[in-house]
Amino acid sequence: MKIHEYQGKKILSDFNVPIQDGYVIEDIKLAEQTIKQVQKDFQTQDVIVKAQIHAGGRGKGGGVKYSPDFKTALNHTKNILGMNLVTHQTGEEGKKVNKVYITEAFDIKKEYYAAITLDRSKKMDVFMVSTEGGMNIEDVAKETPEKIIKVWINPKEYLTDEKAMELALGLELRDKLIKPCINIFKNMYKCYKDMDSSLLEINPLVETEQEEIVALDAKFNFDSNALFRHKNILDMRDLTEEDPLELEASKFDLNYVKLEGNVGCMVNGAGLAMATMDIIKISGGEPANFLDVGGKANAETIKNGFKIILNDKNVKVILINIFGGIVRCDRVANGVVDAVKDLGLKVPVVVRLEGTNAEIAKEILSNSGVEIIPANNLEDAAIKSVKATLKEKN
Amino acid sequence: MSIIVNKETKVIVQGITGSEGTFHSTQMLEYGTNIVAGVTPGKGGQKAINNTIPVFNKVSEAKKEAGANASIIFVPPAFAGDAIIESANAGIQTIVCISEGIPTRDMIKAKDIVDEKNITLIGPNCPGIITVDECKLGIMPGFITKKGNIGVISKSGTLTYEAIYQLVQNGMGQTTALGIGGDPIIGTDMKKAIELFEKDNETNGIVVIGEIGGTMEIDAANWAKENASKPIVGFIAGQTAPSGKRMGHAGAIVSGGDETAKAKMDIMEKCGIHVCESPAEIGKKMKEII
Repeated sequence: MKIHEYQGKKILSDFNVPIQDGYVIEDIKLAEQTIKQVQKDFQTQDVIVKAQIHAGGRGKGGGVKYSPDFKTALNHTKNILGMNLVTHQTGEEGKKVNKVYITEAFDIKKEYYAAITLDRSKKMDVFMVSTEGGMNIEDVAKETPEKIIKVWINPKEYLTDEKAMELALGLELRDKLIKPCINIFKNMYKCYKDMDSSLLEINPLVETEQEEIVALDAKFNFDSNALFRHKNILDMRDLTEEDPLELEASKFDLNYVKLEGNVGCMVNGAGLAMATMDIIKISGGEPANFLDVGGKANAETIKNGFKIILNDKNVKVILINIFGGIVRCDRVANGVVDAVKDLGLKVPVVVRLEGTNAEIAKEILSNSGVEIIPANNLEDAAIKSVKATLKEKN
Repeated sequence: MSIIVNKETKVIVQGITGSEGTFHSTQMLEYGTNIVAGVTPGKGGQKAINNTIPVFNKVSEAKKEAGANASIIFVPPAFAGDAIIESANAGIQTIVCISEGIPTRDMIKAKDIVDEKNITLIGPNCPGIITVDECKLGIMPGFITKKGNIGVISKSGTLTYEAIYQLVQNGMGQTTALGIGGDPIIGTDMKKAIELFEKDNETNGIVVIGEIGGTMEIDAANWAKENASKPIVGFIAGQTAPSGKRMGHAGAIVSGGDETAKAKMDIMEKCGIHVCESPAEIGKKMKEII
C-alpha cells in the first residue's frame, strides 16, 4: 500500500527523522490562511507548494513549486490544487490533484539519496545511499553504479552503528554531520522495519545551508499482508488514488488489473492467469485484464468476475480458464450458466475447464441451453477467443 | 527415488482442526500420505479427522510422541511465520507452508532460522509437494499426476497443474512436483529444486515454471548452465504484464530490467534451458527432447 508524502513525513517525524514540514489542504478556501500559518510557524517568507499524488516525478510535471512570497504561493496553490498532473509514473491520462502540501523552504547545500528495500536474492533488507540525490536513481544505478553505496542488514538486528557509519562515510559528509546522519539512518531503518514497510525512499535527503540534514521527500510502500498490525497506516489509505475497477474487484476478493486489450479473461491462480494473458497475445489478440478468481472460486465469484470484466467497454469476448484442484469445475460451470442467464450474453464466452469434476462441468454447460464456446485446452481457448474478437469487427 | 518426500515421510499437520487443515488432511490421507499427528494450540488431547489423528498443543510434543520428520502448515497468516519457527526449533527437517498472506517481515525472520538449521522449507503461499503415488504434502489434485520420470518446479499453483496435465497428455509421468510459491521470500528456491532433481536418479528431465518479479530464475539458469546434465524445459508467465503492477502474487511485480519475462527467458535460453514462448508448449517440448 502506498501513502502520500505528507503522511510519510509524519511517520518519519515520529521516528525522529528531521523533515521539511508544513500543512495539507484539500479546499482552496483554506489556501490563504494555511500559507500564512506556514510562514508564521516556520518563520519564513518562502514556501514550497507540493501536489500530493501517489506517483513520482511530480516536480518535472509541474506539481512542485517554489514560492518566494505569499502572492506567488497563493497563485501556485490555486494552479496545482485540482490540476491534472501528468508524470512519467501516472501514464498519459495523469492524476487529479486533490491535496496540496504547503511546506517550509530550505536553502539547500547538497542533495543526497537514501532508500531501504528488500533484497530478494539475499533475503535481507538493503540500505542504499548516494551522493547523487534528486536524480532519477535508476539512471544513477545504470550509468554510475559505483555512486550507490549499499549495506545489507542482518535479519536479527537493526542497523548497527558500524553499518550506519559506512553509509554516512559514503556520502563524504563533513565530520560534524556524520553523527546526526548516523542517527537518521538508524531511525529510518527502525521506522522501515517496525512499520512493515517494503520500501522507504528519501529523495532528496538534503544538507541545508544551516548545516542540518533534512528529509525533503518521503516515499513509502507498505506490505499489505502486514497491515492488520498497523491500523494507523490502513487509515491513511486514499481510495481516490486507486483504480476504481480494481477497487471494486477487491471488494469481492478478486484480484484484477486492467489492461489495454479486448479479450477479457477470468482464471484461477495468478500464474495461470498471466500464462493465459500470454497465450492470448501469442494467438494474435490482446488481453483486456488480469483476473485471478483465487482458490475458492464458486458461482458467486464467477458472477462478480463477469460484472467486473464487462465494466470495461473494450471487452469483446470473455475467456474463462479454470484448472480445478480445490476449485470444483461443476460449481464454476453452474456459476457461468447463472451469470450468463442473469447478466445477459453481451459478448461471446469461451470456456475451458479442466481438473476436478471437469466432465460433469462440460455436461452442465452443454445442457444449459446458453450459448458458450467450449474449448479443449489452453491453446484452443486462446485461438477461439481471438477469433471471436475478429468476428465482432466484421 | 524422488525428492524431499516419499513413503517414509511421517507428517504433522499444523492447524489440523481448522477448516482448511481438516479438508486437506483428509485429502492427503486418501492419497496415502502418512499423517501421524496434528497440532493446534489449546486442543491437545483431542483427536482429529474422524477421531483418527492425535492432536497436540506443540510441535515438539507431536514429534516426540508420534515420531514425525515433516510438517505441513495451514495456520492463519498472522501466526504462520511463528509456526514455521516452532517446527524448525522442534527439529522437523521438512516444512511445507501452504498459508497465504504472511507478512514479509515474518518470513525474513523464519527464513533466517530455517537456513541456519539447514531445514528444507517449501513455500509459503504454495500448493506444496507431491511424490507421485507415495506422498502428497500439499493441496494439489493428486489424480492429475502419473508416475514417471519428469520433475516439475513451479512458482504458481494452477500452472503446476497445467504443466502436469500437459506432460500426461504427452505420455510422460512425474517423479515429484513441487510448487515453490510466488512470495518475495520463499524457502526452497528454483536453483535448489533443480539441484535436487539433478541428483535424483529417477528423474530424467525437469520442467521449471517461473514468472515476472525477482531474479530467482536467472540464478537457477546460471547454476544449471554449469551444473545440470538433465534437459530442462522452462516457461515464464507474465510476458504481457505491465511493469509496476502487481500480478496477484506478492512477488510478481516487475521493478527492474532483469525481472521481466523477456529478460528471464533470454538468459534461460542462453544457459541451455529449452524455453517455451507459449504456455501450451510445455508438454510437447519435453516430449521432443526426451
